[in-house]
Amino acid sequence: MTEAVSALREPLVDGQKTLRAVTNDICRPLEGRPTRLWMAGFVVAVTMLIVGGASILYTMATGIGTWGLNPTVGWAFDITNFVFWVGIGHAGTLISAVLLLFRARWRTGVNRSAEAMTIFAVMCAGLFPLIHMGRPWLAFWVFPYPNDRGSLWVNWRSPLLWDVFAISTYFLISLTFWYLGLLPDLATLRDRARGGLRKTLLRVASLGWNGSTRTWHRYEHTSLLLAGLATPLVFSVHTIVSFDFATSVIPGWHTTIFPPYFVAGAIFSGLAMVLTLMLVARKVMALESYITKRHIGAMCKLILGVGGIVATAYATEFFIAWYSGNPYEQFAFFNRARGPMAGFYWMMVFCNVLVPQVFWFRKVRENLWLVFACSLLINVGMWLERFVIIVTSLHRDFLPSSWSSYQPTAIEVLAFVGSFGLFFTCFLLFCRFLPVIAIAEIKGVLGYARRGGAAGHEMASPARDREEVMT
Amino acid sequence: MSKRWIHGTFEDEHQLLAATAAVREQGYRVEDIFTPYPVHGLPEAMGLRPSRLGVVCFVLGAIGCALALAFQYWTSATDWPINVGGKPFDSLPAFVPIAFEITILFAGLGVVLALFLRCRLGPGASSFQPDPRVTDDRFVLVVRLEGATHTAAECQKLLAAHGAVHTEDRLEELVA
Repeated sequence: MTEAVSALREPLVDGQKTLRAVTNDICRPLEGRPTRLWMAGFVVAVTMLIVGGASILYTMATGIGTWGLNPTVGWAFDITNFVFWVGIGHAGTLISAVLLLFRARWRTGVNRSAEAMTIFAVMCAGLFPLIHMGRPWLAFWVFPYPNDRGSLWVNWRSPLLWDVFAISTYFLISLTFWYLGLLPDLATLRDRARGGLRKTLLRVASLGWNGSTRTWHRYEHTSLLLAGLATPLVFSVHTIVSFDFATSVIPGWHTTIFPPYFVAGAIFSGLAMVLTLMLVARKVMALESYITKRHIGAMCKLILGVGGIVATAYATEFFIAWYSGNPYEQFAFFNRARGPMAGFYWMMVFCNVLVPQVFWFRKVRENLWLVFACSLLINVGMWLERFVIIVTSLHRDFLPSSWSSYQPTAIEVLAFVGSFGLFFTCFLLFCRFLPVIAIAEIKGVLGYARRGGAAGHEMASPARDREEVMT
Repeated sequence: MSKRWIHGTFEDEHQLLAATAAVREQGYRVEDIFTPYPVHGLPEAMGLRPSRLGVVCFVLGAIGCALALAFQYWTSATDWPINVGGKPFDSLPAFVPIAFEITILFAGLGVVLALFLRCRLGPGASSFQPDPRVTDDRFVLVVRLEGATHTAAECQKLLAAHGAVHTEDRLEELVA
C-alpha cells in the first residue's frame, strides 16, 4: 500500500502511524518499569541535587561569606546562574506560545518537553535570588502584605521587586499552560490505566476530561488566548530581568539596548538547551519518529537566526560604547575585551557568535553529534555571557583603589551543580510519569503533508487495531 | 419521559465530518461528538457558536490592571508615602511593569478557571464518556432523537452509510 506524500512538505511524523500506535508509543514507556538508563540518570541527578542542597544549607547556616563575593563584586556567580536559568526557560514559552500563534506545526513534537523545561528552569532560577538574600526564611518580605510594621509596603519603584512579580507570574502562567496542555493526555492515560492508585490519581488530575467537542472548542480558544498572553509575558520577563542591570548607573550595565539584547540572549540559550534535551530524549525514550531530523533542523535554523541578533547586540554594544565618548563606558568595554577577564569574553564570542555559524550547512544540521556538541557550547557561551556582563562590569569600579577580582568558592560551584541536579531530577520524573509528547496534538498533525490532509491513519487496517485491543 | 440517543462510532475524522453534516441536514440534533483530538471544522459542522471566553479574558485582565495600579498608588502615595530618591509619590511609569504582570496573571489564570467552570471540569468531576477509546482512536457522534419524526433505525442507517463502524441505540430515563 503506497501513500501519497506531498512533494512540497515533509510529514511531521515519520512512518505510517495509526492513532492507536501514537497512543501506544508515547504511553507505553510510562506504564512499564523504568529503564536502566533512566535509573542511572536519576541516581546521578539526585546525587547532584543532594550535594547542591547540602552546600545551600551550609550557606544558609553560615552566611553568604562562604561565597567569593567582596565589597566591589557584590553580584557574581549566583546572579549569573539566576539570569542563565531564567533565560533557559524562555525558549519553552517561545516554542509553546509564539510558534502556536505563528501556526508552526512542527512545534507539536517538542512543545510539551520544552514547556516542562521552562517550569523546571524557572524553579532553578528562583532558587538563586532566594539564597542571595542571606536570610531566605524572610523571603516573604518581598510580597506586599499587611504587616505590623506600619504597614510598611514594598518599594514599587525597584526593578528587583518588578522581578519578583515577573518571575512569579511567569511561573504560574507557564505551569497553567502546561497543565492545560496535559489535560487530554492525562485522560488518555486514565482510560488506559487498569485501576488502583494510578487510575485514581489520573482520574483526579484529568478533571473529568471526556473529549467532548464542546469542551475541545472552548479549550482550543483558551489555549490561543493563553498563548497570546504568554508571548508578551516572556518578552516582559527578560526585559524586567535586564532592568535589574539597566536601571543602575554602572558603566556596562546602564544601556538602553539591554531589554532586546537580554530577550534575544535568553531565547538563544533556551533554544540550545531545548536542542540538547531533545537529542537526548529522542534517543533515550526511543521517540525518533516523533522528534525527527526535521525538528532538529528547524531548531538549528532558529538558533542561527536568534544567534545573529545576539551577535549584532554584542557589536552594537561595543560601537555605542566608543561612539558615546564616555570614558567610563569606553573603559568598561575595553576592560571586557582586554582586561584580566578577557579570556571569558573571547570564549563567549567564540561559543555564541562563531559556533552557530556552522548551522548554515545542511550537512552539519543533519549530523546529530555535531549539533549536540554545538548546543552544549552555546549553553556554555550563554552562561559566560551573563558572567562577563555581571562580573567584568563590577570588578574595576570608579575608584582604582577598590578594584578587585572575583573567584567562586567550591560552595558556590556546588550550589550551581545542585541547580542542575534539581533540573534533571524534575525532568527525569516528568519523562517517567507524564507523556513527553503532546499525544492529542501529534494526532492532529499525523496526516500533515500526507494524502487526505489531516488524518493519516485511514490507510491502516482497522482489523489489526481490534486485534490489539483483545490481546 | 425518556431520552433517546444514537451513538455512532467512527475511525476516521473525514467520515465523521461528513456524517455530522449529513445528520444535521436531515434535521437531527447533534448532542455532542467525542474525539481524541480537536478535529478542524467540527465545531462549525456541529453548529457551535464561537466561544465568548475572550471577553472573560479581557474583562479579567482589565480588572487586574486596574487593581494593580490602584494598589500601587494607594500604598505609595496614600497609605505611607516614602520619599525614594526624590521620586514623586505617584510615580506612574514605575508602576507599569507590575501592572502589566498582574494584568497577564489575572487574564491567564482567570480564563482557564472560566474554562473549567464552563466545561464543568474539576478534580473528581464525573462526566459522561460514551467509550473509553475516545481518548485514544475512536470518534463517537451522539445524536439526540426528538419526537416521532425520526426513527432510530433510520438514524443508524444514515450513520452506517457514512462509515460508522458501530452504532448503538441508547435509551435513558430522565431524572427529575
